[in-house]
Amino acid sequence: MPLKRKDLLGLYIISGAEIKEILDTSEAMKEIFTRSVKKIPTLRGKTIVNLFFEPSTRTKSSFDLAAKRLSADVMSISKSTSSVMKGETLLDTAKTLEVMGADVVVIRHSIPGAAEFLANNIRASVLNAGDGAHAHPTQALLDLYTIREKKGKIKGLKVLIIGDIAHSRVARSNIWGLLKMGAEVRVAGPATLLPLEIEKMGVKRYTDLDKALEGIDVINILRIQLERQARGLFPSINEYRHFYGINQERINNDDILVMHPGPMNRGVEIESAVADGNSSVITEQVTNGVAVRMALLYLLVGRNNEDEKIV
Amino acid sequence: MKKLFKNAFIIDPSNDLAGKYDLLLDADKIVAIKKEINQEGCMIIDLKGKILLPGLIDMHTHLREPGFEEKETIKTGCEAAAAGGFTTIACMPNTNPVADNQATIEYIKARAKEAVVNVIPIGSITKGSSGKELAEIGFLSEAGVKAISDDGNPVMNSEIMRRAMEYASSFSLPVISHCEDKNLAGDGVMHEGYYSTILGLKGIPAAAEEVMIARDIILAEMTGAHLHIAHLSTARGVELLRDAKKRGLKITAEVTPHHLLLTDQKVKGYNPDTKVNPPLRSDRDRKALCKGLKDGIINVIATDHAPHTYEDKLGEYDLASFGISGLETALSLLYDNFIDKNVFTWEELLDFMAYGPAEILGIKHGGLKKGSTADITVFDPDISWKVSKEKMKSRGKNTPFANNVLQGRVVLTVVKGNIVYNNMNGEARILYDN
Repeated sequence: MPLKRKDLLGLYIISGAEIKEILDTSEAMKEIFTRSVKKIPTLRGKTIVNLFFEPSTRTKSSFDLAAKRLSADVMSISKSTSSVMKGETLLDTAKTLEVMGADVVVIRHSIPGAAEFLANNIRASVLNAGDGAHAHPTQALLDLYTIREKKGKIKGLKVLIIGDIAHSRVARSNIWGLLKMGAEVRVAGPATLLPLEIEKMGVKRYTDLDKALEGIDVINILRIQLERQARGLFPSINEYRHFYGINQERINNDDILVMHPGPMNRGVEIESAVADGNSSVITEQVTNGVAVRMALLYLLVGRNNEDEKIV
Repeated sequence: MKKLFKNAFIIDPSNDLAGKYDLLLDADKIVAIKKEINQEGCMIIDLKGKILLPGLIDMHTHLREPGFEEKETIKTGCEAAAAGGFTTIACMPNTNPVADNQATIEYIKARAKEAVVNVIPIGSITKGSSGKELAEIGFLSEAGVKAISDDGNPVMNSEIMRRAMEYASSFSLPVISHCEDKNLAGDGVMHEGYYSTILGLKGIPAAAEEVMIARDIILAEMTGAHLHIAHLSTARGVELLRDAKKRGLKITAEVTPHHLLLTDQKVKGYNPDTKVNPPLRSDRDRKALCKGLKDGIINVIATDHAPHTYEDKLGEYDLASFGISGLETALSLLYDNFIDKNVFTWEELLDFMAYGPAEILGIKHGGLKKGSTADITVFDPDISWKVSKEKMKSRGKNTPFANNVLQGRVVLTVVKGNIVYNNMNGEARILYDN
C-alpha cells in the first residue's frame, strides 16, 4: 500500500493509520540491515534529490544511505553549490529539478513552509527533512519507531520533551506524532523556550523539570543552541544545566527510555553518564533513521509502482 | 455636459439623505438633488437598484512613488482607488526619497494632478523616517501635507516622539503613529500565538503594538497633540484607546478591512499574501476590533494599501514583503461581511470611510448637497464577483482575498464631476478624458 499522499510535509496532516503503516514498513526495511548485502533493487531507476539548503550531516547522510540501499540514483544539492547563492529562487530551483526528472525531492531549509511551497510547485514527491522550526517528520517517525521498538507500544506512554521547544521542529513533529499514536506528551524547559499557547496542541507544559519527570516512560532531550543565550533567552549555560540538564540523579530509573536527536552538547543538556547509559537509545535512533527513511522513500515513490514489492 | 443620475438610492447621513433621488451635476459641482429631476441635454445615467454615496476617503495608502515604481505608481494606485470607490486617498511618506521635504511633496502633488482621484500627501515625522531627527514639519505643512507619519516604522525614541507631537500641534497636524516596539517584534513574521507555534514561524506579540500605543497615549496626554493610531490590530489596544477617550484625549484610530476579517489562522499554508504588518491577529483581537468600531472607539477604516511585486511575495514566507493590496476589495468586503449581514449600516460606514477620515485630515467633505464638489461613489449590491489578481488595477496583486466571491461592487466613481471609473457594463474601465 502506498501512502495516501504525494508528499510528507509534517505529521499534523497524516493519520495514525498512516504513521503505523510507515513504522511497519520501516520494520521490514530494518530487516535488510541484518543481511550481508544491505541493498535491494526496489527503487532502481528512480531519482532522489537531496536538496539541503541548511547544513546537516546526519540527516543528509541518513537519506543518502537510505536511497542507496534502495538502489535509487541520488543527487545532492547544497546551498553553497546551488544557484541559490546566485539569487535563484526556490521556485526556479524546483522547476529545474522538475525537468531533471526527480521522483522525490528531500528538502532541508531554514525557513518554515519551504517544503510546502516546493510541494505545491513540483510534481515530484517532496519529503520534508526539516523546515525551520516547523516540522521534521522523519526525525519524529524514527523517534516513534524507536519508542515502539523498545517499549512495544506508544499508546498510553508518558513522553517528556525537554529543552528549546520554541525553536525545535523535532519537538513539534514529535508532539503531533506522539499524540496521534495515543501517548501523553509533556514539554518542559525555561519559559522563554516554550512557545505561546503550546498547550493548545494538546500537551502539558512544565517549567519545573522535576515535576515534569514524575512518572514518565520516555524522555526526549533537545539540543540547546548556545546562541539562544546570547539572545537573552536564558542567562547562562551553567544555570541551564542546573535547572534543565538531564543527569543520572534525575534519571534514576532504568525503565526510562532516553532519546536525543543529536548532535548532543554533552555536559549541557545531557550528562555523558546518561547519554552512554543503559537506558539510552541515542545511537539506535541513528540506525532506525535509515530504516524509516528507506520506508518513506519506498512508500512515496511506490505510489506509482503499486505492484513492486519490497523484496 | 451636465450629468443626471436617475433613480439612485442615495445615502448621506450628513445631509439627511436616505432614499430614492435624482442627482444633477454641472462640471465639478452638484447642482441639484431632488426626488425627480427632468432636464434635457444632459448625459443621463440610470442608477436604478444602485446605491449612490459621497465619495470615499482612504487615509492610509502606500503609492510607492517616487522610488518603488515597480510596486505601484501614483497613477496606478489612483486607478486602484477609483476601482475601489475611493475619490480621495492619503499616501504615506515611506517612498525613496522619503517624503520628508517640500520637493518630494511637490513631486507627489504634480504626479497626482494627472491621476484619477484626489491625493493627499502625508509627510514624515523624522528625516528619512529614521526616527532620529525631526523632519521640517512646518515646511511640510506649507507644502500641503495633512498629517505626519513615519509609517512602516515606529518612532522608537520617546523623546523624539514627544517633540514631534509638540511641534506638529503648532501646525494642527495629526501625528499618525505606527505603533510597534521593534525590540519586541524582533524578526517576527506573523502574530505570536497558537498558529505561529504550530507553523514554526517567528511571532510578533500583540504586546509589541500595545506598549507603543500606551506610550503614545501618555505622550499625547502630555503634549495635547492629536494622535492617530494607524492600523490598530489588538484587543488590548482597543481597551487602551477606550480609556484614553474616556479621559477626553484627542486620539483617533483606524483599522483595516483585513484585520476586521481575517485571523492568524489564515497563515496556515504559508501564503505570503497573508503576511502583513501588523500581522493578522487572533479571533479574539478581530472581534474586539469589530466591537471597537461599533462602539466608536475606532474612528476610521483604512486599507493600508501596500502593493508589492509578484517577486516580493514569491516563495518562502520569511522572505516575503509585508503588506496587502487593499484598495480594490475594501468596500465589497465590508459590504458583504458587515452591511449585508446587518453588523453596521451604510451611515456608519460613511463615518468610517468618508467623514471620519476627512475630519482627521482636516479636509472638507461637503458630501451630497447642492454646491458641493461632486465626489461620488456608486455601488451595486446585486453584483456578485470573484476577486481576480489578473484583473486588479493596482500593480500590487498581493491580496489574500484572491478567488473569493464577494457580493456588491463599485460601478461608478466620480471625482470632481468626472466619471473616472465605469463598471456599469462590467468592463471596469478607468477614464482619463471626460
